[in-house]
Amino acid sequence: MTLRDALICFNGLLQRELLRFVQQRSRFFSALVRPLLWLVVFASGFRAALGIAIIAPYETYITYEVYIVPGLCAMIILFNGMQSSLSMVYDREMGSMRVLLVSPMPRPFLLLSKLLATSLISLLQVYGFLVIAWFWGVEAPLWGYLTALPAFLLVAMMLSAIGLFISAKIKQLENFAGVMNFVIFPMFFLSSALYPLWKMREASEWLYWICAWNPFSHGVELIRFALYQQVNSTALSIVIIVTLVASIVAVRGFQPQQGMGKR
Amino acid sequence: MSIIIRNLSFSYGSLNALQDINLALQEGCFNALLGPNGAGKSTLFALLSRLYALQSGEITIAGHSIAHHPAQVMRKLGVVFQQSTLDLDLSVAQNLYYHAALHGMSKRQALPRITEELARFDLSQRLHDKVRTLNGGHRRRVEIARALLHQPEILLLDEPSVGLDPATRESLNLHIRQLCTQQHLTVLWATHLIEEVHNDDPVTILFKGRILASDTADQLCQQHQSADISTLFRSLTGTST
Repeated sequence: MTLRDALICFNGLLQRELLRFVQQRSRFFSALVRPLLWLVVFASGFRAALGIAIIAPYETYITYEVYIVPGLCAMIILFNGMQSSLSMVYDREMGSMRVLLVSPMPRPFLLLSKLLATSLISLLQVYGFLVIAWFWGVEAPLWGYLTALPAFLLVAMMLSAIGLFISAKIKQLENFAGVMNFVIFPMFFLSSALYPLWKMREASEWLYWICAWNPFSHGVELIRFALYQQVNSTALSIVIIVTLVASIVAVRGFQPQQGMGKR
Repeated sequence: MSIIIRNLSFSYGSLNALQDINLALQEGCFNALLGPNGAGKSTLFALLSRLYALQSGEITIAGHSIAHHPAQVMRKLGVVFQQSTLDLDLSVAQNLYYHAALHGMSKRQALPRITEELARFDLSQRLHDKVRTLNGGHRRRVEIARALLHQPEILLLDEPSVGLDPATRESLNLHIRQLCTQQHLTVLWATHLIEEVHNDDPVTILFKGRILASDTADQLCQQHQSADISTLFRSLTGTST
């Protein structure tokens, strides 16, 4: 495979994902409803109940809405990543995975390109959400929207790779409801997306440690800091390591026959 | 030989889908793979197209081992799956460009090939139509045109005529035969419909994961003293088609 072939191939994959995204505009808007409900309804209700002390990267007291926006961005990425990875294993995309897999390009390259392409598309949803959040009064520094981009992308790759690994390895999770109950919700709730970890520690020491070990927490913190033009080096290191390990394990463990049924 | 299969076996857990398959396709010919539903045809196709990993045995395609030189193999191979793999919401052109990109062809390289293949299938006017608006026969033709874009030497078609009316089925079959003659393309056409097989075609009869017979239809009928391939198929498999 030459670099030229690789670029043409990736470009083709990205364009296809983009075309599908444009075709399925209604899915784009419905995917925004979930985080907006959290922002507009849940956060408004919790604002009074939950006081947030000054914690990095924030320099002053913040409202609860401001606190949960990075977590909700990560939630959009989490849902998209899991959904696309699941469809890769179970061939839900009208057989498009078969077309992909008969390409002469190396399979790890094809799988990682597909993960990257779907990750880039999910960034469009994240920025769509951030625009609405901005109108709702939740603003990050202007440059923060740009510095957060690599963080979004890295977290998207991490979650897609974890999703591909889980979908390939755990047969029982062959539908999205299973993934939602056993992967997405635990990952999301046992993280720093909705509440700072010190708050969790006040409630339960062992819950705190689960949250602290959850890679999703580090993804959320990476995004949170990046939105405020800062680098959380611990979160960055963990996200990079988990992305690499999950990608290698997921690609090695990928077996297309798992989702294609018996004939 | 374009495809050589040696001692190939494959199982889904305890269920043996293919057992000790040995087969060599004739180059530049329409090779028919005949078998009832559940015979193992699709499993064989999945192994030939690398969708499934080999468990035991070996496959050589166009002189390259599928296990050791997959990239070289896939460049020589065009595949049409039994179930449609076109994206219904995208146009014919978008589907074809996607396939071309996966084979390292830029849009500029792909366009003349797309134009040529669609013209061959009389579909030039449908280039920008959504696949959803095409009838079953046209969708199949687009899939075959797509499989030929990168100019493979071998074309695998897994029950390509399923769901088509008899006239469309016949014209598709004829068309593929013309490709064999004109372009020296080696074709493996899996089917359970015996009327799609001609007397001089090399035929392999697959049943319950085993090859029961393999030769030209004429030769097989002579060897087994059968009136025609349909009678032979029924007597070998105990099924009707």
